[in-house]
Formats: sequence, C-alpha cells, structure tokens
Amino acid sequence: MALSSKDLSVGDVHESLVVDNLTRTQIVQYAGASGDYNPIHTDEVFATQVAGYPSVFAHGMLTMGMTARMLTDYVGDGRLTKFGGRFTSQVWPGDTLTATATVTSVEQGGGAPIANFDVVTTNQSGVVVFSGAATARLD
Amino acid sequence: MSAETFPVEAGHIMAFARAVGDFNPVYHDAKAAASTEVGGIIAPPTFVQASAQYDPDYPLRPRPGMTWFGSGRTPSGLISESSASEKSESSGGGGGGTGLHAEQHYEYHRPLRAGEVLSVSTRAGESWEKQGRRGGLLQFREAITEYRGQDGELVVTARSVGVRTGQTVKEA
Repeated sequence: MALSSKDLSVGDVHESLVVDNLTRTQIVQYAGASGDYNPIHTDEVFATQVAGYPSVFAHGMLTMGMTARMLTDYVGDGRLTKFGGRFTSQVWPGDTLTATATVTSVEQGGGAPIANFDVVTTNQSGVVVFSGAATARLD
Repeated sequence: MSAETFPVEAGHIMAFARAVGDFNPVYHDAKAAASTEVGGIIAPPTFVQASAQYDPDYPLRPRPGMTWFGSGRTPSGLISESSASEKSESSGGGGGGTGLHAEQHYEYHRPLRAGEVLSVSTRAGESWEKQGRRGGLLQFREAITEYRGQDGELVVTARSVGVRTGQTVKEA
C-alpha cells in the first residue's frame, strides 16, 4: 500500500478530486464530528444576516481533512509524519475541490526513506484554498 | 482552555472520516483494518481537531446555561427580540471582528489508534499583527497542542494559528 522510494521522483504529481459540489449538509456533518458548531459554518441566517457573509462557508479544517484523504490514499495508512498549511481562501457550498501533492524531495536518510511534498488544494475556479506541505515515510 | 483527556473512540473516528468524505476501511472496519500495515483502526490525519468535543469550555458549541450566538427567534442569540426588527449593526458573532483559522500544522510521531486515551496540553505560541489586504488589521495567535499516549509519549503535535480580523473577510 505504501509508496516505495524507487517509484518516486522529484516533480511527481498526484491529484485527487476531494469534493464535488460541497453541500451545506457535509459542512454540518463536519461540525458534528469535529465539535466546531460555529454558526458561520452551520447557520445560514447567522452567516448572512449577522456576520455579513454571502452564505455559510466550510471550516478550514474540513478542507484540510479532505486534503488529507488525498495524501493518505497516496502515501498509505499511517505513513504521514508531517502535514500542515495555510487556509488561503474560503470554501463555499457548491465548491468543487482538487487536492494535489507534488514531490519536492526524496531522502534516503539513515533509517527509512522519506519524501517531502508540496500540497495545494484549489477550487473550481483555480483559486488556492489550502497551501502547505507534507512528509511521509516510504518503503 | 482545551480538553485534558481525549478518548479516541472507533465510532467517533468513523463519523469524522465520513464527514471529510474518507471511506477508507482503516477508519471504520476493524476486520479490514486488521489486515493492513497499521493492523487496526487508526484515526485520520486531522482527527485530533475533534478533541474539542472533550473541552468542557469549548466556546463554539452550545453549552447549558450559556447564550448561544447563532440564530433562533432572532438572527443571533446576542440580539434581543426587541432590537431584532432593526438591522443588526454588529458584524461578526463574538462582537467586533471575526475569528478565523489561518494555519494548521501537525507532526505525527506514530499512528493514533482507536481505543487510546490521549492526554492533551495546550500552550500559547507567538502572536503578531499584520495589515491585511481584505480584512483590515489582522491579529495572529499561535497555539501548540501536544497529544500524548498512555506512557506519556508524544503521538501528535499540533500547531494552530488563529487570526482575528477587524472586519468581515470579503469574498476572494
């Protein structure tokens, strides 16, 4: 399941559609699972009439969680050693997100080989909504 | 404030993985997970965020005896019914600006398994200010949270950066 260092080269790209037409229901589902019920994510009346947004919008951590799925599907279960990034733009109901990992280095090291990745998630208009990096243990 | 202990439960992992659209059996099927390299149900990479469920004072969950700022009879629980007919003057729920999550970084020291009970400790990191392009003055605040296993060993280290904006962030 896990990636082998022999099969990876700098510049390799792995891409995955992580959500197609994000629903308000999925945002609420994430609120329930994570425990973050902030009404800017869950309450259209509050988000529009009080907070002044065009609608509710997704938790940054929902975007990051969906992006993590692309990574773990790529590098294997329990293989990530680092994953982080910045939330660069809001994600709205109806958005379709694509997450991309690009290999920036492969290190043989003393122990197990590792790979570093740039991680970017973009919406259907090409706007970057999450930008970060990850590191994984390889075979 | 944060949770002090975080019981990592299989049902919670399943619900969390569903919410992020991840149907990998290693997050919900004990039998299938047993035959993988990790050998059992593990938590997905961002799962420790859900430790908020165990924070008794978590402000983004309605709590007994506390006024909730989301809508009910009025658009916000912080707006009285008599003033609700007037247009709300406040922008942002908690009064003034809006708090948003700017960055999140994790270090994974080993896989996090269903059935573990983690101890959690959070400390403040750095704080800084920046003039924003879209949201006025931005105030950043960093927090570092360590999730430790039964023997005190680090399982996950999380670093989050929150930002408070002077005004509602405009759509990009």
